[in-house]
Amino acid sequence: MRNIADLQEIALRVRRNIIKMVTEAKSGHVGGSFSATEIAVSLYFEEMNINKDNVKDKARDKFVLSKGHASPLLFAVLCEKGFLAESELLTFRKINSNLQGHPNMNYVDGVDMSTGSLGQGLAAAVGMALSYKIHNQDFRVYSVVGDGESQEGMIWEAAMAAAHYKLDNLLVILDQNGLQIDGDITKVMNPLPLDEKFKAFGWHVLYVDGHDLNQLLDAYAVARTIKGQPTCIIATTVKGKGVSVMENQAGWHGVAPTLEQAEAALKELV
Amino acid sequence: MAKMATREAYGKALADLIVKNENIVVLDADLSKSTKTYDAKVVCPQRHFNVGIAECDMMGIAAGLATCGNIVYASSFAMFATGRAYEIVRNSIGYTHLNVKICATHAGITLGEDGASHQSIEDLSLMRGIPGMTVIQPVDDVETTQVIHAISELNGPFYVRLGRFAVDTINAPDYKWQVGKGVVLREGKDITVFATGVLVQQALVAYDVLKAEGVEITVVNIHTIKPIDEELIVRLAKKSKVIISAEEHSKYGGLSSAIAEVLAAKCPTLMEVVALNDTFGESGTPQLLLEKYGLTSKEIIAAVKKHI
Repeated sequence: MRNIADLQEIALRVRRNIIKMVTEAKSGHVGGSFSATEIAVSLYFEEMNINKDNVKDKARDKFVLSKGHASPLLFAVLCEKGFLAESELLTFRKINSNLQGHPNMNYVDGVDMSTGSLGQGLAAAVGMALSYKIHNQDFRVYSVVGDGESQEGMIWEAAMAAAHYKLDNLLVILDQNGLQIDGDITKVMNPLPLDEKFKAFGWHVLYVDGHDLNQLLDAYAVARTIKGQPTCIIATTVKGKGVSVMENQAGWHGVAPTLEQAEAALKELV
Repeated sequence: MAKMATREAYGKALADLIVKNENIVVLDADLSKSTKTYDAKVVCPQRHFNVGIAECDMMGIAAGLATCGNIVYASSFAMFATGRAYEIVRNSIGYTHLNVKICATHAGITLGEDGASHQSIEDLSLMRGIPGMTVIQPVDDVETTQVIHAISELNGPFYVRLGRFAVDTINAPDYKWQVGKGVVLREGKDITVFATGVLVQQALVAYDVLKAEGVEITVVNIHTIKPIDEELIVRLAKKSKVIISAEEHSKYGGLSSAIAEVLAAKCPTLMEVVALNDTFGESGTPQLLLEKYGLTSKEIIAAVKKHI
């Protein structure tokens, strides 16, 4: 049963926690966390079968945040799932914390792969999906890939392998927010059109507004019906979505807000 | 004396293992007939995957497979497994401490005719530097077989360095390999040679030559380069006036460095190093390359004679 209002409430709390974490840490990636917030929330609270009982299982539905710098998003979502205490969120990026700048799978339940070095997560997701095919296990693997990240050649090695092995249990959600550290992705090194590239590599491609929960959930349902090939959802998103001064600003890639900016952001996120 | 390349023994051991353990998955990157993982493909095609010429992707896929409980053996030439794919090995396999066994063949200059572009002489250094990575170089087919079976039971990332060309079998069929334990092959007096890989056979030749001249050296097979056998190194250093290290690898970062680190901290002892002296290799037959680049019994004997 879809309850969009509940998901929106969760997304709001997630965004607020991201602001608090990054402000407290004085560093971290807000922009790319906000662009993928609805994607992660819809996956963890509607699509994926992951809960306290199975979180430690080696084989279950899995999520690989290939754009690992959106770690504040992942930690905030895992907190909503009950795998992390809210108080722990404020240790993010600090000494002795389980919440590393980029996620470590051995420190936090529900982090299914250590990521951060761009381009690597998708290959790991391919390995997971392949494992479920080998062992006839009916689990699915989800990976959020950045559009800037798709400049990494390894993404395309992995994309080739996923199609070659007919991994229809693998779903990529491509967070197309259009910005990377140094600016507009099309000006830095244009990776577009990504949809045509994935199609050419043998993937089924779907399109959504990455902040529209209904569209995301519809696309996940369609992806489950696609057999014999992996699916990539091109999610058009807004970097920094939810806080007006941060929206569509490359400068908010990896910069923490000041206390005043954080306060203003939290006032907007209600 | 029987001869077999360690890669041949790897292929046979893996083919044996894969049918016994359904959690084993083998990956290769278009070199399966050279790395010999093809042997495993023949007996278990459903758990052997050729990812194409994409070593980075192979290591990433290996990591993903391992997170789901598989024991992954991933193979390519040492150059590509550790060089091309270094950062994926480091971050996706090392940092995660996943159960991936990187079994890399054609290591060192004895890869031969393909030349320096394919001859990995820095791989021990690269793999040794990754926290938690165990680094193994089996000396012959008997040891390789034991290593390949044993590491399936040892959790965590392993780097196994294998060779292309046939080498003498020096271990008896009933030999029992133990991770991290150097093997004293010849017990001599006050000069000790710690060798790894093809230099072990060279050190045994040196022993015979020197013994005929009335000089008895100690010869040790260091199959586990990390974690290195500190206890054995210190024990033998205490009775040795000089320690000689011998390896088919750059003198920077491999066996000589690992031994020097132990000696400097625990038992300062003079060292002689037989290794590649800050140089790339070139095309040629394995034997001629070993001779040209100074990796034979001759150099070990010369190092010994400097101290008698």
